Amino acid sequence: MKDSKKIILSLVGNPNSGKTTLFNSLTGLNQKVANFPGITVEKKVGACQISQLSSKSKINTDFIDLPGTYSLFPKSMDESVTFQVLCNPKSEHKPDINVIVVDASNLKRSLFFATQVIDLKTPCILALNMMDIVESNGTKIDVELLQELVGVPVIPINARKQLGIGNLKQAILKSHLQDTPSNFIDIKNICPELIDNLNSLIGEEKNYRSFQIACNFDTVTHFSSQDKQEIKLLIDKHNFIPKRAQATETVRRYKALDVLIEKCVYNPKKNKTNELSHKLDNVLTHPIFGFIAFLSVLFLIFQAVFSWSSYPMDLIDQSITYLSQTAASVIPEGKLNSLIVDGVIAGLGGILIFIPQIAILFAFIAILEDTGYMTRVSFITDKVLRGFGLSGRSIIPLLSGAACAIPAVMSARTIPNFKERLITIMVVPLMSCAARIPVYTLLIAMMIPSDKTFLIFNVQGLTMMGFYVIGFVAAIAIAFLMKFVIKTKKQSYFVMEMPTYKIPDWKTVIITIVEKVKVFIIDAGKIIIAISIILWALSSYGPSNSFEKIDQKYAKVENAEIIIASKKLEASYAGIIGKTIEPVIKPLGFDWRIGISLITSFAAREVFVGTMSTIYSVGDADNTKSIREKLMSQTNPNTGKPFFTPAVCISLLLFYAFAMQCMSTLAIVYRETNSIKWPVIQFVYMSGLAYLASFIAYQLLT
Amino acid sequence: MLNLSNLKQGEVAKVDSILDNELELKLMEMGCLPGEKIHIERKAPLGDPIAISISGYTLSIREDDAKKVLVTLGQ
Repeated sequence: MKDSKKIILSLVGNPNSGKTTLFNSLTGLNQKVANFPGITVEKKVGACQISQLSSKSKINTDFIDLPGTYSLFPKSMDESVTFQVLCNPKSEHKPDINVIVVDASNLKRSLFFATQVIDLKTPCILALNMMDIVESNGTKIDVELLQELVGVPVIPINARKQLGIGNLKQAILKSHLQDTPSNFIDIKNICPELIDNLNSLIGEEKNYRSFQIACNFDTVTHFSSQDKQEIKLLIDKHNFIPKRAQATETVRRYKALDVLIEKCVYNPKKNKTNELSHKLDNVLTHPIFGFIAFLSVLFLIFQAVFSWSSYPMDLIDQSITYLSQTAASVIPEGKLNSLIVDGVIAGLGGILIFIPQIAILFAFIAILEDTGYMTRVSFITDKVLRGFGLSGRSIIPLLSGAACAIPAVMSARTIPNFKERLITIMVVPLMSCAARIPVYTLLIAMMIPSDKTFLIFNVQGLTMMGFYVIGFVAAIAIAFLMKFVIKTKKQSYFVMEMPTYKIPDWKTVIITIVEKVKVFIIDAGKIIIAISIILWALSSYGPSNSFEKIDQKYAKVENAEIIIASKKLEASYAGIIGKTIEPVIKPLGFDWRIGISLITSFAAREVFVGTMSTIYSVGDADNTKSIREKLMSQTNPNTGKPFFTPAVCISLLLFYAFAMQCMSTLAIVYRETNSIKWPVIQFVYMSGLAYLASFIAYQLLT
Repeated sequence: MLNLSNLKQGEVAKVDSILDNELELKLMEMGCLPGEKIHIERKAPLGDPIAISISGYTLSIREDDAKKVLVTLGQ
């Protein structure tokens, strides 16, 4: 092994085997998350330095965390990716060594996958995790014998307590001394001629690889279509039926494993179940207490999201204000100043302000997932949600949607059924995300006095909660409709492991938060900044010399900056667009000013507040009134009464609850569904729903 | 013929065969093979999905899928 060369290691194993915990403890925050090209499978690569015991030199390694899977069979994208990374000789990620994480408390099932990987005959190391659980059950595993029987080094570790990691690293350094492992099972006698022919056709020496390629060839990317044609011919010639062959392989492999387990596992108390998990499940999946527990958890989460986030949000708000004031004074006055302050910094502020809420919500989701509770929530809600075309697994995306639809849409990947996943993605943006809160807060404050109470509850707070409920109900109702509209041929099943409860691994929780916030900042951020700049241009420029005329008109008026800004906005391209769409939005109770705000909301919904503040500044020369006071003092030129009647406020609230005003989400939906069709449908149905709801509400209330 | 969804909570049975090819492969790789001992650990509040105990761990499976798993009662 040359020092100059980086060692590439794959990290593979079953879901819930502690693979991610090990990855996090090896690489910490030195992780890069991306997608494998063209598909929505996450690719996580982390760097780790290993120091040699003998000398002081350090060796650089790259770990690739591959999706957790129970086998190499090509049933899903995840499995297909794992197979291709492990088998494609041309892959840039081709691992030098496979580190297979084995859950010792689920030894047989873990070894099923592990021995498949071993049979691919790349050097391997088994990291035997969760030995503490096994030992507390009174079970003993003869590690040395196991090592002998599987033919690769076996290193006991405890990923959560970071035990055995040093041994694992040293084993990695020594792995080049490893002999090629022998076959765990002889695959060749399932289809000897096919494997011989295939070996010579594709120049492969390893029988199990050829066997897997015979099963997988149409999903493998490193063959040309001509190669695939020839493989297909061979398969047909030998009457090879992949599903049959895989079933045969499974039975044989498990038989061999039965023999192995018999030899190296001593279990005096047979079938020891996890008592604590069992007792917890008696409560947490109980028909009544189960739902009470879940609702209490939800209540706690939202309480935390709102109360804990206010302090960091204020801090971010102040920092952004400070930054924009500094920039405004440092940069020479003119277009550049305006672009930086009103375009870039305003856009940046619009992104950063949501980080606290998103971080807190994802902290809770990460904890609930890592403890194993989330699978119980899926378990108790699956039947109900299925009635609405969703799945028990939809809970995570729906909950995440209350922070930001972008990571929420991405988290729908864990839903195995295509139709249920698609419906989840389509309705998630109806959940009230963090960007709607500023809009709701402003409009509700205009409608309801802050001291009004109902019983012991603050009415403003209740109304806010009401709009969360409206979002959720709309999501469920639309899902129900889509269940009948969307047709898929793909038949599917839903089988989910329910792992035993565990104490959350804090490192994993923290890394998850960082990852989700990063996704939000990068995926939403670039679009928000870009649109902020476009909107800045639309509202800073107007046709011909309209702006100059305003400057001239107010040239002699003192303290006219605010009025000028407002008049200019009216005369700008954005203002023109607002006036153009006025006839369309008039039936909703909106005027052209709200029209401008609706358009600027396409960057991010909360931009509404800022735009309204600027545009309604007319007549408030000193700009001393709060935005709420400014809006409240507006009168309707036709009636002379206040413009923002409860009807207008409710109409606007409903519009913001339903309308698809987030370009970033549409971009992610496009990426996740790999089709332009779904984001278009989403945009059309959500906007239609918003228009209809606002129309009905306004017409009924006036 | 008895299937997995007919079992009562706590009743122990043996897996005979799995009717659906795709499901068969999925369950088999997770250790649910013909001959394997299986019992219903609990049912979700509305009777569906079902949590089964198989080869030392718990698996959640929907009733529709459970109907495709044929079993025989007894140890």
